Amino acid sequence: MNPARLQVSGLVKRFGGLLATDHLDIAIEPGEIHAVIGPNGAGKTTLIHQLGGELRPDEGRIQLDGQDIVALPPWRRSLAGLGRSYQITSVFPDFTVLQNVMLAVQAHAGHSFRFWKPALAERELTEPAQAALRQTGLADRAQVPVAALAHGERRQLEIAMTLATGPRLLLLDEPMAGMSHAESERVVEMLRALKGRYTVLLVEHDMDAVFALADRITVLVYGRAIACGTPEEIRGHDAVRAAYLGTQEESV
Amino acid sequence: MASRVFAALVLVALAAVPLLAAALDQPFYVTLTTRILVFALAALGLNLVLGFGGLVSFGHAMYMGIGAYAVGILASHGVTSGWAHLAAALGVGALVALAVGAICLRTSGMAFIMITLAFAQMLYFLAVSLRDYGGDDGLPIQARSDFGLFTLDDPVVLYYTAFVLLLAVLFLFKRLIDARFGMVLRGCRTNERRMGALGFPTLRYKLVAYVISALVCVLAGVLLANLTRFVAPSYMAWTVSGELIVMTVLGGLGTLFGPVVGAAGLLLLEELLSSLKLGVPWLDQLLNQHWLGLIGLFIVLVVLVLKRGLYGVVVDRDRRRGGQA
Repeated sequence: MNPARLQVSGLVKRFGGLLATDHLDIAIEPGEIHAVIGPNGAGKTTLIHQLGGELRPDEGRIQLDGQDIVALPPWRRSLAGLGRSYQITSVFPDFTVLQNVMLAVQAHAGHSFRFWKPALAERELTEPAQAALRQTGLADRAQVPVAALAHGERRQLEIAMTLATGPRLLLLDEPMAGMSHAESERVVEMLRALKGRYTVLLVEHDMDAVFALADRITVLVYGRAIACGTPEEIRGHDAVRAAYLGTQEESV
Repeated sequence: MASRVFAALVLVALAAVPLLAAALDQPFYVTLTTRILVFALAALGLNLVLGFGGLVSFGHAMYMGIGAYAVGILASHGVTSGWAHLAAALGVGALVALAVGAICLRTSGMAFIMITLAFAQMLYFLAVSLRDYGGDDGLPIQARSDFGLFTLDDPVVLYYTAFVLLLAVLFLFKRLIDARFGMVLRGCRTNERRMGALGFPTLRYKLVAYVISALVCVLAGVLLANLTRFVAPSYMAWTVSGELIVMTVLGGLGTLFGPVVGAAGLLLLEELLSSLKLGVPWLDQLLNQHWLGLIGLFIVLVVLVLKRGLYGVVVDRDRRRGGQA
């Protein structure tokens, strides 16, 4: 059998006495959108940081297409095909929209010890960047300085940059955070259009978006996966309803 | 547009200084302006890491010192070849910058400031301990660098050498900033973590920027030793590192031409205030004794009112009008 696109096995992260990630196993198959949900403090962000390489797990393995990546620094993981977007928008406000995406392309287009030719004159950088902008619906905003973008557009740019690195696995950390309803619907449409072409691990609070997009859902509670299955299975899962969905429905 | 015109005017004025000085029979002006060129060059070098890379190095005077001591030590052994001076200065400078950079760049923020300062202080006390080369008192330089085709003995030749070097570095930096390398450097200033997540091994790019920046300061040091015909540990005192930062901030952090404006502004003001004669004895005395305080006031005003520096505001105005800086 082919290895999964992402295989997390026995992942453990402790902060003092707190088990933030508790012997976690997740397998993501190529082409699927796999959502990770859970109440606040469930360890979603800790998981993302360990996958991205900004936190070292205490135990366990992380494999991307069978390659062990747990010892690699973030930049090597990115070159290995792991593209992540940030929950707090991390774009470069001094640059234009196009330059932001070009920077993402540049990271994967050979070394950058080039001191002479203007980056904007390198078609090797501009053309893939334009393509990523078209995919995310930002093509007509290419020349706008990022400082002038609305919040929703910045979130779209965040995703465009991650796409431009040509990732084998997209790690989306709350892509709809802080968005208006209309904006998040637009992002849901965009992600739906990417479905099948990218493998996605989606961490998201917006339950409508998760149930609309995900092929499978893993539910985290106190660092443990208490359930994993299709949206229908998760909806009907007693422990999940008790731990998470139930309380949310009551609060609505 | 306005920023380009402004920069061009400053450069034309600088180019004309030796002619003016000769016409007015005031050779001192050439010395003063050479000093401005030398510090402009050093501030330009510092600005690559400080302004474009967001790395506050508080030890760049160390590299001026390395350049100056290379000239002084070689000259004291009778080596007057400018090429030998240059090779030694750049060679030692590159090695020191590689080693110091590789250590310092693993830290960031306040720790980076402190550790760069610490290295500069180490070199400062090393120079103090060099008794054979003047120790604390410094080392007079008997002969200036001789480049065969030309020698820096003539103040006007020295002046134009510094001027051409300044132009060359300005042009090279202009290319570098817009090229891939510059994009990575500027990206690291804004969000290094994101740069890593995008796939950039940021440390090696910052290290190369640090070495380039140091080498420009080494060049400035070689020129400074030729200008003063003297080298002393005080050339790499921490206050000099601080002055370089002030010049950069005064002119405009992260603007290509800002450090030149900042260096000129600060040194001219120093000169003006320390020798000002208004004809009112008590006022003159007050000014000439406390000019440093006035300069401090001026810097505070510029930072508070203009924020982006003397040249930075012109660049910003251009940007608001939709032009490219």
